[in-house]
Amino acid sequence: MTELDAAPRSQIGLLARLHVDAWLAVLLLAVCSVGLFVIYSATGSDGGAVISQVQRIGMGIVALLICAQAPPELYRNFAPYLYAAGLLLLLAVLVLGDHSKGAQRWLDLGVVRFQPSEIMKIAVPMMVASYLHGSNIPPRLQTLAGAVVLVAVPTALVAVQPDLGTSLLVVAAGGFVLFFGGLSWRWIASVVGLATAAAPIVWMNMREYQQQRVLTFLDPSSDPLGAGYHITQSKIAIGSGGIFGKGWLNGTQASLDFLPESHTDFIFAVFAEEMGLLGVLALLTLYTLIVARGLVIALRGQDTFQRILAGGLSLTFFLYVFINIGMVMGLMPVVGVPLPLVSFGGTSMVSLMAGFGILMSIQTHRKLISS
Amino acid sequence: MGNYDAIKDLHAERQTFFVRALVALIACGIAIAILVSRLVSLQVFQHADFLTRSNENRMRLVVVPPVRGLIFDRNGAVLADNVPSFVLELIPEQVDDIENTLKRLSRIVSLDNEDMERFRDRLRRTPRYRGVPIRTRLTMDEVARFEINRHDFSGVDIRAGLTRRYPLGESAAHVVGYVGGVSEEELREFGAEGYRGTTHIGKNGVERSHEVNLHGKVGAKIVETNATGRPLRDLNYDRGAPGQSLYLTVDAQLQVAAEAALGDREGAVVAIQPSSGEVLALVSKPGFDPHLFVDGIGFKTYKALNANPTKPLFNRALQGQYPPGSTIKPLMAMAGLEYAVTTEHERVFCPGYYELPGSSRKYRDWKRRGHGWMDMDRAIAESCDVYFYKLAEQLGVDRIEAMLSQFGLGSATGLDLPGEKGGLLPSRDWKRAAKREAWYPGETLNIGIGQGYMMMTPVQLAQTMALVAMRGQGYVPHIVHAEEDPLSHTMRRVAPTPVPSIETRDPRAWSEVIHALIEVTTTQGGTGYRAFHDAPYLAAGKSGSAQVAGLAQDEAAPELSSVPKHLRDHALFVAFAPVESPQIAVAVIVEHGGGGGSVAGPVVRAVIDDWLLRDADPTADADAGNAAGATVLTPAAAAATTTTTAPEGAG
Repeated sequence: MTELDAAPRSQIGLLARLHVDAWLAVLLLAVCSVGLFVIYSATGSDGGAVISQVQRIGMGIVALLICAQAPPELYRNFAPYLYAAGLLLLLAVLVLGDHSKGAQRWLDLGVVRFQPSEIMKIAVPMMVASYLHGSNIPPRLQTLAGAVVLVAVPTALVAVQPDLGTSLLVVAAGGFVLFFGGLSWRWIASVVGLATAAAPIVWMNMREYQQQRVLTFLDPSSDPLGAGYHITQSKIAIGSGGIFGKGWLNGTQASLDFLPESHTDFIFAVFAEEMGLLGVLALLTLYTLIVARGLVIALRGQDTFQRILAGGLSLTFFLYVFINIGMVMGLMPVVGVPLPLVSFGGTSMVSLMAGFGILMSIQTHRKLISS
Repeated sequence: MGNYDAIKDLHAERQTFFVRALVALIACGIAIAILVSRLVSLQVFQHADFLTRSNENRMRLVVVPPVRGLIFDRNGAVLADNVPSFVLELIPEQVDDIENTLKRLSRIVSLDNEDMERFRDRLRRTPRYRGVPIRTRLTMDEVARFEINRHDFSGVDIRAGLTRRYPLGESAAHVVGYVGGVSEEELREFGAEGYRGTTHIGKNGVERSHEVNLHGKVGAKIVETNATGRPLRDLNYDRGAPGQSLYLTVDAQLQVAAEAALGDREGAVVAIQPSSGEVLALVSKPGFDPHLFVDGIGFKTYKALNANPTKPLFNRALQGQYPPGSTIKPLMAMAGLEYAVTTEHERVFCPGYYELPGSSRKYRDWKRRGHGWMDMDRAIAESCDVYFYKLAEQLGVDRIEAMLSQFGLGSATGLDLPGEKGGLLPSRDWKRAAKREAWYPGETLNIGIGQGYMMMTPVQLAQTMALVAMRGQGYVPHIVHAEEDPLSHTMRRVAPTPVPSIETRDPRAWSEVIHALIEVTTTQGGTGYRAFHDAPYLAAGKSGSAQVAGLAQDEAAPELSSVPKHLRDHALFVAFAPVESPQIAVAVIVEHGGGGGSVAGPVVRAVIDDWLLRDADPTADADAGNAAGATVLTPAAAAATTTTTAPEGAG
């Protein structure tokens, strides 16, 4: 007997039948709508860009609905296959990937160009969750070692593309699942310590442009034409917005072309300039509510798999928000992470929505267990 | 996995997860607090500062395009430089009534319809806060008149910049090329970052092929401006780097002499220094004025240039593909000696035609009556076709292909100019792939006299002569021999690249072929005798003519005068000199010129004369730095107009 069956008839609406979580749905649509307004402004009132973003949101909703229909058990059993397929695609990218901007990230399927590392953002946490599901929580050392391998292999494959940003996000997604899986605090501390110690080695293995980004972050004036310029202009945009903002379509930084990539990775700066601190706080509240709802779904999850996967997905989503806003405000180096659900672009829209579809599946397929 | 559930402590697990979720929530809270405190710092405490920077003191990134590298000839004569120019610009955002402003402007500076058209076109494609050029190359007079009236024209200004100048004008335009407005496509090819602020890019010639060296590195400064856009101070200045200067192998004086020798006829001249592969002159006629392209060529002018039947934009020297005609015969002779199918003494009787065994089809000699008994020397000197029909038949297409490909036929020489074509060296495989047909023996005979499918560019023709002159040890033809850093004045020489040497069984074969080529220019009846018999140096040469009209194979060539000009054969002549220590190898093609020896020969002679005898000629010691002296040209021009009725290789 599912919760659906037990609920009063009046509540069995269309949303429930579609396995849609109303809370999440409202919040997601709200953020997406905010995105449409900001894109319109950031592109200099380009209706075409808005229409194409609407299409992408539509694609995202379709992905969400599809993902919400499948019961969580299916994901649990399906995880190894998705994971294996993802690994194969990553290998394929290395062998026959399309060279775009000096890195092999894309796979050309003729019709669409496709970035397999995007799959891994979902496949890795799902796989690790599925793996941990079968063992005791907190996991023993052997189990842990297996999980580390499950995270490390795809991470390495993404890192050599090279796409350091995405590989860190894949690590984070896997790490969050381990965290929710009960990884002991001692281990967490050791990993953080190790990471700090390994930093110089990572630095030496970074590509020149990646090192350049970090250096630019430390000293924005060292690269007046490139990323340093972005950060400086972005800070001016945000700071000049003040508490109340300059008003929609009135931001001068973006429209005067001072702010590059204003409708993609740096869209937050446009929003902050036009809507001010109050607008930003409202947007941050929406994001926080989404994450909170995700964590609630996680808490109500019915088995280890559901709980830690839902927790992992929610936290990963928050990480995206944090990285993008932190980057735009000059708190961290410029990495190519879009502002979730707001930035112009299709790939991240679809994969994020698919993730929320899985969350909704976990929420709506709950069975009532008599205690 | 299900059987683990029983062992699992579900309660403890839920407990653990609850704690973890709580910790996660707290971590998120901390992260949000960090973001918010940064936001408050930016938007509340530093708000006034940032608002000032955003509104009143807008920071403006000013890109400083690099100064383009200069181009010199081998002696330092300027082929391309930059001169100051004044551009009238309008910033649409700051002008209320653009049409009215244009009307008032036209009373001060001259604006024709093409200027207006170009301006309106650019106006549509440019952001409103960016300057749109109205007129380029203002005269000093116009600059002065505008300055007096500038208070009437807010939003209109004169911007000083550098524009490209080609002192030789039409001369060498096909070598140097030209710059033009940079296109989206080119930005993608060369990287948009490197071209911020750069408006022009090399479109052709050396300007294109060495674009990367010439362009330099874009500089940038961040300028603080007030609300009206007036610069207040430079915050950061990266000077970039000017482009490299290039020294070409071309000799401007020889280039001009070669162009004059060709006169108004359509054709090409290529002169190469055999010992280095340096291209001394490269002419394609007719030429064009490169300045037409620098300011953005008008649609009508471009259409006219493109539609011109003489194709002035087409670089015949490296893109024109012609049958080499009889100029191929020395290479055929090399093949004959190399594969030992003949010797220099073996004689062939020429009755005026040749028949393949078992076929009654007649392959005609250009000389109807025939040449009689021919050995290798005479066959080359008089350009006997029958001799080479027989030689080609004996060699067969495969061995011919093997030898000719060693001379570089069928593939581009690698000259460092854009668009070089490779010609065509036919073979069995080529024909099967291109025509889906087997190779016929008659086609081998056609190759033997440089006709049929075979195609060569003038650069290839000159290169084959250079290779013969150097007895198989040559270099890739090249046109840039040094680059100079304009700041440090350090020169970097471009080392010539050797081509794979042509290995021969018996090195005496080279001597024999060169001997035959000397006969061409020194003996009565030699097709180059008229042009070269009085030369004060010893030259080795070969005439040729490339069939334009497809004659039936057994049809005799008609009288030249009875053929309409556009159906006349192309005249070719190749030569090198002096034979003892070759300093120059030249190939000339005169389109529809008729006889190679009589029409192309004198052009070659004029070019070699200019190169070898320049210092001896009292009229020719003009300063090499100002190489465009016309005085040198008189003897060459005179020679070029001489027409004789000397025997010609029609093959």
